[in-house]
Amino acid sequence: MPVRAIGALQVEVDAEGYLVNPQDWTPEIAEAFAKEEGIELTDRHWEVINFVRKFYEERGQSPTIRQITTGSGVPTKELFKLFPGGPAKKVARIAGVPKPAGCI
Amino acid sequence: MAKTLLILGGGTAGTMAANRLAQELDLNEWRIIVVDQGRVHYYQPGFLFIPFGIYKKQDVIKPRRSFFAPGVEFVLSEIDVIEPDKKRVRIKADGGRYISYDFLIIATGTSPRPEETPGMKDGGLWYKDIFDFYTLEGAVRLARRLRTWEGGRLVLNIVDMPIKCPVAPLEFIFLADWYLRENGLRQKTEIVYVTPLPGAFTKPRASQVLGHMLEDRGIHLVTDYYIERVDPERKVIVSYDEREEPFDLLVTIPLNKGSDAIARSGIGDELNYVPTDPHTLKAKELEDVFVLGDATDVPTSKAGSVAHFMVDAFVPNFLRYIEGMEMLPTFDGHANCYIESGFGKGFLIDFNYEVEPLPGKFPLPGLGPFSLLQESVVNHWGKMLFRTLYWHVLMKGRRLPIPAQMMMAGKWA
Repeated sequence: MPVRAIGALQVEVDAEGYLVNPQDWTPEIAEAFAKEEGIELTDRHWEVINFVRKFYEERGQSPTIRQITTGSGVPTKELFKLFPGGPAKKVARIAGVPKPAGCI
Repeated sequence: MAKTLLILGGGTAGTMAANRLAQELDLNEWRIIVVDQGRVHYYQPGFLFIPFGIYKKQDVIKPRRSFFAPGVEFVLSEIDVIEPDKKRVRIKADGGRYISYDFLIIATGTSPRPEETPGMKDGGLWYKDIFDFYTLEGAVRLARRLRTWEGGRLVLNIVDMPIKCPVAPLEFIFLADWYLRENGLRQKTEIVYVTPLPGAFTKPRASQVLGHMLEDRGIHLVTDYYIERVDPERKVIVSYDEREEPFDLLVTIPLNKGSDAIARSGIGDELNYVPTDPHTLKAKELEDVFVLGDATDVPTSKAGSVAHFMVDAFVPNFLRYIEGMEMLPTFDGHANCYIESGFGKGFLIDFNYEVEPLPGKFPLPGLGPFSLLQESVVNHWGKMLFRTLYWHVLMKGRRLPIPAQMMMAGKWA
């Protein structure tokens, strides 16, 4: 797996730029990945990111959009404005958890 | 006094668990009671074949009662509420009586909820131009609609994950492609696969090996699509980010949710799945309660093969538990699924929590080997033969010569 430097950190990422080890995540990584997605992080983004990290720690999987909106209270429309194009996969990358996937 | 093992749900997981435990427990000391709301046991993997006339209704239904081993009591009723603190369950039949238990298995499954998407069921197009195929009624009505199909835009949309049998939507479009070619309608039909996931295949090795399959068949792919509503007047689906997909025929995989009894009992998550230890299948928060099959929240596929491996891993573990021993972390998330690809061929995938589907060979004494992540005629016959094994082996509490845990033998890692 390729290793990337983010500030002073060295982290392993997969072919699509997702963190290989979710425990490597830091807020600086979130800022850096968000910038690459063209997103300037606001408090509202952080509410979602923190929820996604907590969900992953408790359940061992990345949340679906419905799980994010029910769990964090951020409405679906707003979630699409915060993370345009594909909220579940974008917030997963920024929060350092695995990309949402099917079984194959 | 006799102990009571109460099993909620008499589908794939509940029936297997009841019949296997009826062989293991001393029925002079144990009562095994199964509660289910329906008289019919469905062979759900067969629903997929009904729209294309390969199976008929009679091929996928049998009376539920006929499957239970002697000694298993069957109660026909809806489940009202589970009260784990009082170790009892209220059922709706007989004026709402209680059944007390010493140990409880929740196997209430998951079901499609088209009413959760505005305009889907209430827009006037339901079972006219919009169909599901995860219910027997939907599959039968869709078969009728396809017989009079003259071409147009066929859109398959998955509302949200997780869904039961997550490969069935892909199988549906592969079979639709084949069926329409056989009937001379393929050139008049545009097939579109619309998914909330970032791709049709999302696991690295499967994407590598199978990624071309949609393109080869001329099937259009729309990704990251999260449906908000159906506009029945204009016959389009609309996503939360305002993307529209017009359809002449919409085949929907509605939102899946666990049993409403789980919600009423306050023991489930936002989709009515019960938080479950992924390796022992004990309910995380509840004493003497276990969860099998689609009713759990464990991160593996919701599928009959998973229910089968869960039961295989659970039965010896449950026998330890009732003796006061610690449960062993024996369930590994193992799933094994045939994927129909049309033209009498199929794929096989085999994976668990840790290992993604890999190419190679799957050994099965007497029948195999089957090819993994590779199209073959033998895989197709494996799938067709499986219906017989399901009715006569698995549901009768007999075992298949496949270990519960996934094996790396034959796989190309």
